[in-house]
Parts: sequence; C-alpha cells; structure tokens
Amino acid sequence: MNLDWTALGQVAAVSLAATVAVVTVFALGVLGLARYEGAREEGGGTSALGLAQAGLCFLACGAVVAYGIHLIVPQFH
Amino acid sequence: MDHITFLVAVVIITALAFDFTNGFHDTANAMATSIATGALKPRTAVLISGVLNVIGAFLSTEVAKTISGGIVDDTLVTPGMVFAGLVGAILWNLLTWLLGLPSSSSHALFGGLIGAVWVGAGSHGVQFAKVVEKVLVPAVASPVVAGVAALLATYLAYKLTSRARKESVTKGFRLGQIASASLVSLAHGTNDAQKTMGVITLTLISAGALGADAGPPLWVIASAGLAIGLGTYLGGWRIIRTMGKGLTEIQSPQGFAAETASTTVILTSAHLGFALSTTQVASGSILGAGLGRRLAEVRWGVAGRMVVAWLVTLPAAALVGGVSAGVVKHGGDVGTAVVALVGAAVAAGIVLVSRRNPVSAHNVNDAHEVTIRGAEPTRVGTAA
Repeated sequence: MNLDWTALGQVAAVSLAATVAVVTVFALGVLGLARYEGAREEGGGTSALGLAQAGLCFLACGAVVAYGIHLIVPQFH
Repeated sequence: MDHITFLVAVVIITALAFDFTNGFHDTANAMATSIATGALKPRTAVLISGVLNVIGAFLSTEVAKTISGGIVDDTLVTPGMVFAGLVGAILWNLLTWLLGLPSSSSHALFGGLIGAVWVGAGSHGVQFAKVVEKVLVPAVASPVVAGVAALLATYLAYKLTSRARKESVTKGFRLGQIASASLVSLAHGTNDAQKTMGVITLTLISAGALGADAGPPLWVIASAGLAIGLGTYLGGWRIIRTMGKGLTEIQSPQGFAAETASTTVILTSAHLGFALSTTQVASGSILGAGLGRRLAEVRWGVAGRMVVAWLVTLPAAALVGGVSAGVVKHGGDVGTAVVALVGAAVAAGIVLVSRRNPVSAHNVNDAHEVTIRGAEPTRVGTAA
C-alpha cells in the first residue's frame, strides 16, 4: 500500500482555500447588492459603489464557475 | 448480435438498473440544500440535475478503463460476477433509500463486486491494499475536508453579511446556489454515468461483441446517460429530505457554502486522481455548514445513523454480491434467472413498503424525518 499523503494534503489545502475564497468573494458581492438595494429602497438615490462591488465580485465568481466547467469537461483539456 | 448471450443481456439490464438507482440516490448530493432553502422548486431542481447528468454522460470521453479501478483483479472477473455485484449494489441502494439514508453508490458497487469476486474467484481476486488506499482513506478524509471548508466558509459568510439587508442576502445566496448545485450535477454525470458505461463496455468486450480496445458504442453512452438522468429526475425524495432538512436546518448562505465546498473537493480530487464518494462529500459539507452558523441545530442522531450506513455499505453490498455470485456460479443460467427474479422481488417489496409513508416533491420540505410506518411518525427504522 502506498498512500500519497502529498496529494491528499494538496486536495485538502486547495479545497479549503478555494471554498473560503469563493464564498468570501460571493459574500462581498451580496453585501454590495444589499447596499445597492437598500439605498434604492430608502429613496436616497442609488449606491453606485455597491453596484460596482456586487458586479465585480459576481464576475469573479462567474470566472471560477467557468474554470470549474473547464475542469469538468474533458474536451477543453 | 449473436455474441449477446442471455447472461450478457442480463448484465446490461442490471447495469442500467444500477445506474438508475445511482442517479436516484444521488440527486440529493447536488440538490438537497437548494430544495431546502427554496433556491429551486423541487421539480425544477431535479429536472436541472437530470438534464445536467445526461449532458455530463455525453461530455466525458475518458471511459472508465477498469471495472473497479483496481480494487478487484479484473482479469478474474466474469460477467456472472459483475451481475452478482450489481445486484448487491442495487439492493443496498434501495434499502438505504427506504430508510432515507444518504450512502455512497460507489461504495455499494465496489462492495458488491468485492463480494462477488471473493466468492466467484477466491480471496486472491480482491486487492485489499487497494481497497484501503482507494476506498477507505478517501472515505474518511473527504467528508472531513469538505466539512471543515464549509464550516469556515459559512462562518465567514454570516460574519460578512451580518449587518446587511436580510432579503438581499437570502436572495443573493439563493441565486449563487443554483450555479453551485448545477456544477455538482454536471460533475456527477461525468463521473458516475462513466462507471456504468465501463461495466457494460467491459462485459461486451469479454463476451467478444466488441474489440479489446473498443470504446463504448453510442447506444451504451445514450442508455447509461438516460438511465442516470431519469433516476436523477425521479428523485430520491427520502434522501433529499434527510440531507436538506434532517441533518440541520439549512439557510441559503449555508447552502451556498456547502455546495461550493462539495464542488471544490470533488473537482480537486478528480483532478488529482482520487476516487471519492460524492454522497459523503456532500454530507460532510452540510454538517460543516450546520456547525458554521451560530445557533444552528445539528441533529447528531441523524448524522450518526448516516455514518453507520457508510460503514455498513461496503460489507452489506459485498454479502449480497457474494451470495448472488455463489448462486450464479453453481446454478448457471438458471441460477442467474433465480437471482434476477429474487432481486426484482425484493426491490419491488422495498418500493411497496416505501408507499406506506411516501416522500415526494410535494412534501419533501414538510418534515425532517423519513419514516417507514405511516402511523408512527417519530420512530425510524426497526421495521426493516
């Protein structure tokens, strides 16, 4: 038996880092969205900053999803 | 088509039946949390998941090169053993579905094959070191990694958005869940449908119907894809209830964190060549997400039953596979027919028992327990 502890450690480290990063960025995007919607609802104009933050964060998450699809579909390799 | 003997035809049908139970059993992995949080309506969720499973089956060109990934000696495997192993896997999948327990379809298949080869060819046909390396270690490590990742991510998600507008947060994470759940479904289709295609293709090769290095014919790809897609679409609602409601009450940020953790663990391990159980990864993620939100209740009793099911899956499927292999080995075509009929009868019996207290798209979110006896809704499981 020949366990590849390095590969196991890699899976653990990459999974942990990727999950935390994606969820954090997404949460920041949600935060931007909440700010934008909140400002609009209160009638005090719109929060351009909130919208930009949401857009950027969701775009980054979209890129990660695209990379995920790239990994899943063997034709792209 | 004169190479297709009675036995080969039975193996193909049984493999497709296994593929169906596989999809049916594993819908919950991708969709349970989305259904529980209301990110997707139950019917919509299983439709998306089913379609993505079929697409995944067609996308993957890299066919499983061995039946078992080296866990049993493939040169000793006969179509009769494959058949016996599949029967063990199918019956275990149906029994755990009846009890609403998310157990690994891959472990059921491995277990069935190990039992069948052990009885059919002797214990030297089973590579025990490989079983530890390929099955046991990932089975312990992957849910822990997914759980820790989901826990941290959930904690951060709540911390970051604690002061934000509640409706926006719920809505935002629900939308995110649709994307992350879809990725899990697609990855599932590319992996699990492959196993059945591999089994059918290698059976056809051993029967001489295909050349030694042949890939799966289109009808094999199409039928395996449709079987898993149909199973996914019909949905193992009992398991969806346990994973979405039973382990913990999931809110949309937790659902997103759990699905993201599942996706990254599945993709990174597939990239590095680890075989692991989607079911165990998804369950670990959900538990982690439950622990990551303050004041979220984690039902350890349910989690404990689930872990027991994981431990028993491989030996239980091996036992049924072994007994079936014994009957097939000594009984020939008659024995095969007997095993097929008995297996079908037990499967029908399990489905009938499930009717007493059905779980469907309409009531999946209404309770957190899956019961067998309609009259007694709080107890689970001694009736079997």
